[in-house]
Amino acid sequence: MSRLSLETPNQAQTVVESLYKDLERRIAASPPGLCPVDISLGFLKLCHAQTCGKCSPCRIGLGQLARLMDDILSERATLDTIDRIEKTAKTIVDTADCAIGYEAANMVLRGVQGFRDDYVEHVTNNRCTSGLTQPVPCVALCPAHVDVPGYISLVRAGRYEDAVKLIRKDNPFPTACAFVCEHPCEARCRRNMVDDAVNICGIKHFAVTHALHVAPVANQPSTGKRIAIIGGGPGGLSCAFYLQLMGHHTVVYEQRPQLGGMLRYGIPRYRLPEDMLNNDIDVILSTGVEVHTDVSVGRDIPFREIEEQYDAVFLCIGAHIDRKIGIPGESSIGVVSAVEMLRDIGEGNPPDFTGKRVCVIGGGNVSMDATRTALRLGAASVTTVYRRRIDDMTALSEEIEEAAAEGATILPLQAPVRIECNEDGHVSALITQPQQIGPVGRDGRPKPISANKPEQAIPCDIVIVAIGQGIDSKPFNAAGVATNRDRISALPDSFVEGSPKVFAGGDAVTGPSTVIRAIAAGKVAAANIDNFLGYNHVIHAAVQDIPEASLSPAPACGRVNLRTRPACECVTNFDDIKEPMTEDEVLQEASRCLRCDHYGYGNFRGGRMRQW
Amino acid sequence: MVNVTINGIAVRVPEGTTIMEAAAKAGITIPSLCYLKEINEIGACRVCCVEIEGESRLVSSCNNLVYEGMVVYTNSPRARQARRINVELLLSQHDSTCATCVRSGNCKLQHVANDLGILRNPYPQDLPKGLWTTTFPLFRDPKKCIKCMRCVQYCEKIQSLGIWEMTGSGSRATIDVTYNRRIKEADCALCGQCITHCPVGALRERDDTSEVLDALADPDKITVVQIAPAVRAAWGESLGLPRELATVRRLAAALRSMGFDYIFDTTFSADLTIMEEAAEFLKRFSSGELNEYPMFTSCCPGWVRFLKSQYPQLVPYLSTAKSPQQMFGAVTKSYFAEQLGVSPDKICCVSIMPCLAKKAEKNGHMYVKQTNSIQDVDIALTTREMDRLIRSENINVSSLPEAEFDSPLGVGSGAGVIFGATGGVMEAALRTAYHSVTGTNPSPDAFRTVRGQEGWREAEFNMNGVVVRCAVASGLANARHLIEAVLAGQVHYDFVEIMACPGGCVGGGGQPIPFEQTEQAEIRGELLYKLDRLSPLRYSHENPEIKTLYHEYLGEPLSERAEELLHTDHNSWTMPLSLRLQMQNTEDTTIHFGET
Repeated sequence: MSRLSLETPNQAQTVVESLYKDLERRIAASPPGLCPVDISLGFLKLCHAQTCGKCSPCRIGLGQLARLMDDILSERATLDTIDRIEKTAKTIVDTADCAIGYEAANMVLRGVQGFRDDYVEHVTNNRCTSGLTQPVPCVALCPAHVDVPGYISLVRAGRYEDAVKLIRKDNPFPTACAFVCEHPCEARCRRNMVDDAVNICGIKHFAVTHALHVAPVANQPSTGKRIAIIGGGPGGLSCAFYLQLMGHHTVVYEQRPQLGGMLRYGIPRYRLPEDMLNNDIDVILSTGVEVHTDVSVGRDIPFREIEEQYDAVFLCIGAHIDRKIGIPGESSIGVVSAVEMLRDIGEGNPPDFTGKRVCVIGGGNVSMDATRTALRLGAASVTTVYRRRIDDMTALSEEIEEAAAEGATILPLQAPVRIECNEDGHVSALITQPQQIGPVGRDGRPKPISANKPEQAIPCDIVIVAIGQGIDSKPFNAAGVATNRDRISALPDSFVEGSPKVFAGGDAVTGPSTVIRAIAAGKVAAANIDNFLGYNHVIHAAVQDIPEASLSPAPACGRVNLRTRPACECVTNFDDIKEPMTEDEVLQEASRCLRCDHYGYGNFRGGRMRQW
Repeated sequence: MVNVTINGIAVRVPEGTTIMEAAAKAGITIPSLCYLKEINEIGACRVCCVEIEGESRLVSSCNNLVYEGMVVYTNSPRARQARRINVELLLSQHDSTCATCVRSGNCKLQHVANDLGILRNPYPQDLPKGLWTTTFPLFRDPKKCIKCMRCVQYCEKIQSLGIWEMTGSGSRATIDVTYNRRIKEADCALCGQCITHCPVGALRERDDTSEVLDALADPDKITVVQIAPAVRAAWGESLGLPRELATVRRLAAALRSMGFDYIFDTTFSADLTIMEEAAEFLKRFSSGELNEYPMFTSCCPGWVRFLKSQYPQLVPYLSTAKSPQQMFGAVTKSYFAEQLGVSPDKICCVSIMPCLAKKAEKNGHMYVKQTNSIQDVDIALTTREMDRLIRSENINVSSLPEAEFDSPLGVGSGAGVIFGATGGVMEAALRTAYHSVTGTNPSPDAFRTVRGQEGWREAEFNMNGVVVRCAVASGLANARHLIEAVLAGQVHYDFVEIMACPGGCVGGGGQPIPFEQTEQAEIRGELLYKLDRLSPLRYSHENPEIKTLYHEYLGEPLSERAEELLHTDHNSWTMPLSLRLQMQNTEDTTIHFGET
C-alpha cells in the first residue's frame, strides 16, 4: 500500500453530490402552504441521515424526535408529546458534540416554539392549520397574482397581444414591469426542480416589446362616482386604471410635473426607457383618468377639501424624501441624496459630474442606480461605500456586478464617519472606518463591527447618500389620517382605520418596496373602493382560450438570461442596457414552463383565476 | 377533426376530445377512479395513464386532449405496469375489508383491482386514522377514502356548498370538512350527493337497518312503513331487477314478507301535502304576502337546510306545510292510531326515502336521540338501506308476486307520484290550485312545461285571469343562482319549487348508486311521469282517502287540526350558518378585456 494517495470520489459519492444540488433547487421551489410539522419532520430525517453516529444525543435523539413528530402527525400524541419534543430537542442542542446534531435539534426547537399552535392543532384535532391556497407558485408569489403560465403559453403561441391583455387583467404596467420588476414570481418556480427557474420577466420583456400598442377595453357605464387618487405612481395609476374600467371617474393629483412616480423619478432611463414607461401610462390615461400635475395635496390643496369633494380617496404618495446619514460634514456642498439626484434627472435637470470624483454611500438598488448614473454623468471615478460585505448588499447581485463592470469601485466593509470639506465648503473627502464582519444579529444578518484599522480617506468631490427613503405623510397625518412612524396605517385591504372613505397603499404604507407591490396595492384598493361605493364590478380575463399544455415537460435545459450590452458601450449614455431575447430564445424559454396551471394541484384548485 | 390511433385502431374525433373519450370511441375502455366528467377532471388517481408515442412520460387520459397523429397505447407493458402499481398503492391505503363494506360489488376500486388480477399487494397496508361522528346521518370512513376529490368538487360545483376540502399536505393530505369544522357544525344540506358520487365506500349514510329489524322483532310494536314516490323508480337497480319488474307493488310485497304490519304509500301524504300547500299558496298569494318574494316549497329537507344556512332571511317564505314523510307520520300517529284504537307510542313509523336529509328531518334536525317525545317518523331508511334489508332477509324479489298497499293510507294519485321528480310538486300543486280557483279540473298535463332537466326553469300560468309566475330548480347551485336573482330583483315569482338533488328525489342521495355513476335522475323521472299518465287518479284533491281524511278528521285544509298536525315551524330548530362568502353573482357589470 502506498504511503499516501489522492482521494477520488467514487461513483456513489458523485451521484450523491449531484443529488445535493437537486435538493438545494428543490427546497428553493417549495410550494407555499405546506404542513410545517410535516416538512420539519422531512428536514429532521435528512439531518439524521447526516449523523456520523458517534454521539448518543444525535444518533438516538434525532431518531426519537422524528418518532415523536410522527406521533404528532399520526394521531398518537398528547400535549405532553409536544413538551417531550421540546425537552429532547433542548438536550440535543445542549449536548450534541457537533453542529450536525445541535443545529438539527435547533431546527426542531425553533419549529416547536415558532408554530406550536400547529402542533397543538394536530394533537387536539388531528389536522393541520395550514392549507394549500394558491397552487401555482409564480401566480401565488406575484403580489398582483398575474396569470404567469397563461401569458407564457400565449407568448409561446406567438400571441403577444393576448399576452399583454392577459397581464393587464392584474397589472396595468406590463411594459414597465418587463424592464424593472424584481420578479418574485421566479423565486419558487417549480422548474427549479428540473434545472432552473423560468426567466418569466424575460419572456414578458419579449411580449411587451413585440406588442407595444394594445388598447385597453371600454369602460363600463359611468357610475357617477368620483375618486381622488393622490400620487401618480404605479400604485395610484393602477388603482385609477381599474376604477376607470369599472365606470368610476378618477382624478389623479401628482406633485411632480409628470406621472410615473419612482418609475420616472427614481429608476434611471438605462433600466427603463422613457418611451416604455410612457407606453403604459398612455394606455392607463386613455381610459379617461383626469390628471392634475404639479399639485401637492396637503400643501397646495388641503386634504380635507379633497376628502369632502370625492366619494373615496386613495392615498398612494410613495416614499420620496431622502434620509440623512447623520455624520459630520453632511451639509457640505457636493453632498446630495440619491433620491434628489435621480429626481432632478427625471425632471430633465441632470447634474454635470464631468471629471468629478464621486462617492456613493449605501448597498441597495438605489445606491447602484446612483453609482451607475454618476458614471453616465461623466464622473472620473465612482466609489460605492458600504459598511457590510458585498454578499450582504440588498441590491440585486446582477446590479452590483454590472456597476463594477462599468467601472465603479465597490468598497465594502467601510463605515462612513465624516465628510471633510475644503475651505469654501466643498466636499474634499469621505472618511471611513474599516469594518470587519461580526456576529449574526437579531434580523439574521451578520453585523459589521469596527475593525482594528485606522480610518481611511477617500478623496472626492461629490458624495451621494443612498441609504433609503422616507415618507412625506405629515400633511395627511395633520388632517387626521392615521400614521405609524411616518407610514400611513392602512389595513391589508387598503382601508385606513378611522378615515372611512380613505384608502391607502404602496410605499407610503409598506415603506420603500417594489413596483409590483405598489401595483398590487392599487389593484386591491380598486376592488375594495368599488365595493365600498356599493358596486361589485368584476374584472374578467380578456383571453379565455389559453393554449393547451404540452404532454411532456421540456427536457432539462439552461435558462436564457437577458444579455447586458458591453459595459463600455453602456456607460457613456442612458440607453437601454438590456438586449431582448431572440425569437428562438423566447420559444425555448417559454417551453420550459411546467404549466403548473394544468399539472399537479393546478387543475384541481385555482389553476386559473379568470376574474377578480 | 383530429386523427388518432389507439391500440392500433384509427379514430377521428373532434378537436378538444380527451384521450379517454377518443379511446371510448374506438371501443377501448381506460379504467379510472377519480374521473367524473366535467366535475372532476384532475388526473389524481393516475390509473388512466396511457403511453403516447413521442411523449417522455405516461399521460393521464382523462384530462389531456388528443392531437393530430397521436398514437396511444393503453395496454403497453409500461402503461399496464403503471396502472397496476398505482392501484396497488391506492389499495395499500384503502381498508380493503370488502366483506363488511356497503359498496362491495359496487366499488370502482374493487372492480379495477379485480380486473387487474391483483391477488397480493406487494405494498404493506398503511391506513390513516380519523374519527367521525356516528350520530350524523352522513358517515365518512377515512380508511376507505382514496382522495379522488369527487366529493369536494361535486359539493362545490353542483351544490355550491363546499363542505369538503383537501386538508393537510404531503403524505397526510386528506379530505375533511372545510374551515376546520366538524360536520355537525357545517352547513351540510345532507343531500348525500357526495355519497352517490364516491367511487368507494368512504362515504355512506348512517345505517339504521338494525333499528328496523329490532322494531320488526318487537311483538309490542305495530310497524308501519311508507314508501316515497322516488323509491319506486330506483329500488330494483341494486337488486338487479329490471325496471318492468321493479314495481312499487312488488316492493310492497317484499316489505310485507319482511314482516311490516302496514305498508303504505308516501304518495298518499304527498297528496295531503298538496292539499295543504296549494291552499296555503292561494291564501298567501291572494293576501299579497308574496308581492316581494315567492312562496318556496318545503318538502325537500335538504333544500330547507340550505335555505336556513345560506339565506335565513327567506325562511318566512317557506311553505309551513310539513313534508310528505312528516305528514304521513303525523297522520299515522293520530288518525290511524285512533282507527286502530292503539296508543301512538305503540306504532313504529318507518319511511323508505331516496334521501339522507330525511334522517335529520324526522329527528327535527337534531342528532341526539329524542327519548321522551313522540316523533312523526321513527326510522328513516334510504332506498339503499332498504335494498340491503331485502338482501339480508334473502327475499327473492324477482319471483315475488305483487301485493297491494294497505288502506287507508295506501292510495295516492299520479300527482303525488311525480313529487319524486323535479317540477312534480309544482305541477301537482298547480293542478289542485287551479281546481280551487276555477272550480274545474285543468287538463292533467296543463302544467307540463315545468317538467325537464334544466337546472332552473320558469313558467307562467293563467288561472281565471290571474297570472301565477312559477319557477322550478334542482341542484343547490341552481337554487343559489335563482335565489340571488330573486334577491337582486332580477326575477319575480309567486311560487318556487326547489329540490336539493339534481333532477329531484329520483336523483336523491339515498338512491341506489349506479356502477358507472352516470346520472339516473332523468330516466327515473320519466318512469314517474309514466306512472302518473297511467294513473286513474291525476289530482290530489280527488284522492278518495284524502277526501275521507278531511271529511272524518281534519275538516278542511289549513283547519286548526290540519295546522297542528300537518304544518311546522321552521324556526323550531337551528342550522349552522354558511361560512362561505356567497358565490359571485352574475351581474351584467362585468368587464371583458379584449372586447372593445
